[in-house]
Amino acid sequence: MPTLWFCLVAVMLAGYVILDGFDIGAGIIHLFVAKNDAERRAVLASIGPVWDGNEVWLLAAGGTLYFAFPGLYASSFSGFYLALMIVLWLLILRGISIEFRNHVRSELWNTFWDAIFAGASVLLAIFYGTALGNVVRGVPIAADGYFFLALWTNLQPGPDAGIIDWYTVSIGVTALIALTIHGALWVALKTEGELQARCQAVARRFWFILLPLVLLISGTSFRIQPLLLESFDEHPWGMIFPALSASGFIGVLLFIKRQRELAAFLSSCTFILGLLCSAAMGLYPNLLPSNGDAARSLTITSVSTASYGLRIGLFWFVPAFALALTYSVFVYRHFAGKVRIQPHGH
Amino acid sequence: MDNALAIHRLHFAFTVTFHYIFPQLTMGLALLLVVLKTMALRTGNEHYNQAARFWAKIFAINFAMGVVTGIPMEFQFGTNWARFSKAAGGVIGQTLAMEGMFSFFLESTFLGLFIYGEERLGPRLHRFSSVCVFLGSWLSGYFIIATDAWMQHPVGYTTGPDGAIYLSSLANLLTNPWILWQYTHNMIAAVVTASFVMSAVGAFYILARNSVVFGQTFVRIGVISGAIATILLLFPTGDQQGKMIALNQPVTLAAMEGLFNAENGAPLALIGQPDTERGRLDNALTIPKMLSFLTYQRWEAEIKGLNDFPRDQWPDNIPLLYFSYHIMVGLGTLLIALTVLSAILLKFGRLYGNRPMLWILMLAFPFPYIATTAGWMTAELGRQPWLIYGLMRTSEGTSARVSAGSGVFTLLGFLGLYALLGVLFLFLIWREVEHGPEPVTE
Repeated sequence: MPTLWFCLVAVMLAGYVILDGFDIGAGIIHLFVAKNDAERRAVLASIGPVWDGNEVWLLAAGGTLYFAFPGLYASSFSGFYLALMIVLWLLILRGISIEFRNHVRSELWNTFWDAIFAGASVLLAIFYGTALGNVVRGVPIAADGYFFLALWTNLQPGPDAGIIDWYTVSIGVTALIALTIHGALWVALKTEGELQARCQAVARRFWFILLPLVLLISGTSFRIQPLLLESFDEHPWGMIFPALSASGFIGVLLFIKRQRELAAFLSSCTFILGLLCSAAMGLYPNLLPSNGDAARSLTITSVSTASYGLRIGLFWFVPAFALALTYSVFVYRHFAGKVRIQPHGH
Repeated sequence: MDNALAIHRLHFAFTVTFHYIFPQLTMGLALLLVVLKTMALRTGNEHYNQAARFWAKIFAINFAMGVVTGIPMEFQFGTNWARFSKAAGGVIGQTLAMEGMFSFFLESTFLGLFIYGEERLGPRLHRFSSVCVFLGSWLSGYFIIATDAWMQHPVGYTTGPDGAIYLSSLANLLTNPWILWQYTHNMIAAVVTASFVMSAVGAFYILARNSVVFGQTFVRIGVISGAIATILLLFPTGDQQGKMIALNQPVTLAAMEGLFNAENGAPLALIGQPDTERGRLDNALTIPKMLSFLTYQRWEAEIKGLNDFPRDQWPDNIPLLYFSYHIMVGLGTLLIALTVLSAILLKFGRLYGNRPMLWILMLAFPFPYIATTAGWMTAELGRQPWLIYGLMRTSEGTSARVSAGSGVFTLLGFLGLYALLGVLFLFLIWREVEHGPEPVTE
């Protein structure tokens, strides 16, 4: 039963990263692909009706994690305290910049919020990647199951590591580049003309930056976290996830070249999904490995709630998840197609 | 340690108080938007659609603020209250996850459609989206109240080794007897807030001789729904909630009333300052025997005083609890008087021309916000010193590893950021109000 919930939480989190990932990506490229007010409004309009729903996946994933694995929620949220609070501030600034930008028609006002939107999106992408890096690297869990990490210490991923070290930052930068491409492909899908061409160019160029980074982090991750190798040794079928990721990655470039916008975007989704599943698969059954005494790692059985809660949870979770998917499909279909920008207003 | 405890409490109290400024309007306004859209459908009068479009803009700004300030609430259970989360997450995580899965998806999806999709949807589906937004937001309120109700009155759980608390009955958690009156009281309070805001904006338009027709619509809807809601706030919901507290949290009732010694025929305190050192209510103005009557419908019924309970069971901030409660009740009474008087004037066609009354309606909109905040402070301060009533003390629930220094750092961060948000919010709302509901001619 805990394994099932591990998969459900992973699906929710992956759903969040893929969905909010493209609107964060739209923010990352906002300033340098959209040159004038109309183009910037087009970028915002491409995510306007959906970004808030995308962020609900974070809340829903958090809630699911909370009741299925309360020990993990408590330990990791308090342990990553400072980083999470910064993430919250960034989410707040980013959310209001999207909502408030078009309320006032003034160049200064718009420029200000465009900058906040872009800056917060860049930092969020880096922080999310860094967070993933921390989970893979492991944290110094104490005997009582808790820990507290400084933002940075000596920047080394050793036993005294902070949240930020060279390894976690390398994952953060990789996430930034990956979401840049992801967002560019989304905006390309939703727009036309020069803006679209610029987005496609960005995606293509950044693909060649991402390639060495992905190879680099794959190598270092296996070196820093031996659990990954053990896990793939034990469950060779798990290699399906890295393979999925690789196929998505190649698909991105192929479909950009053939001008297949939707296929390119979906390839990017596959790439991200495969990457996250690989990490989850590699760590399973650990949720948060200890970087010291391996016995202190938080595993799906050590931090899950009692079986009644997990069982009864399924009864409402499955229909709720189906409903949520239905709404999402409905809203994406309703707003399908290229965005139309009226001369004024929003 | 004590210091860190105070910081964590202040951290949550500040962020949740600021957050709740926004949902209390959106939950109430969601209902009034359904009313406006329904009137538009019934009468076929475009006026009501225009009115709905205007309020949708106010709604959207509040909703955005509610979303961005709401995300930190869920996070803080883990970041600042880790020991509580570890012990009780298996229970309250259920309701919080359900909120995300059942209400937020519904609400955000249909709000997107409601705001962006009026042309494509057509009038009936557009009204339908407003109903879904209403359902989503009221469902969200339900799950949050269910969470709080469990902390006030835990049910449906078993305890395991090392203080873990396990859910034993989801049905009991969702039908906790504490939920019914707290939920209805709270949701009706949200309607009161929205009604007062709507009538305040309406009164402003009439007084400013600007968009007068819309002003009259807003005042009419606001005053009628406000009059119904304020009365329901007192009776039965507030009355029943008081009885529930008397039954389950008698020490809280004593603290709310500043009653130190048990009395047969206890008085209702109108004014006075509780002095916890000397154990008395200073400068008290009371109605004899009224508290006994209100609680038990018997003039001579015994009400226990604070001194009947060991001091370590007392709520730890009795003066603040006492004043929160009295502010809520005092303002609640004032709101009933205002809306009922306005409704009578409206009935006899004397409201729109009565400028003093319109001035009062225009300026009264902060009172429901203050009353609601004071009401929540009463509930949560009254729960002290317990985090989960009778099960876990507040001091046992904090994140042990998060220092007071880290807490102060992020609290100051939130203070600064929310100050900025507050200014922006007022600025944008003012712009929308000034711009008015008239169709744009560009």
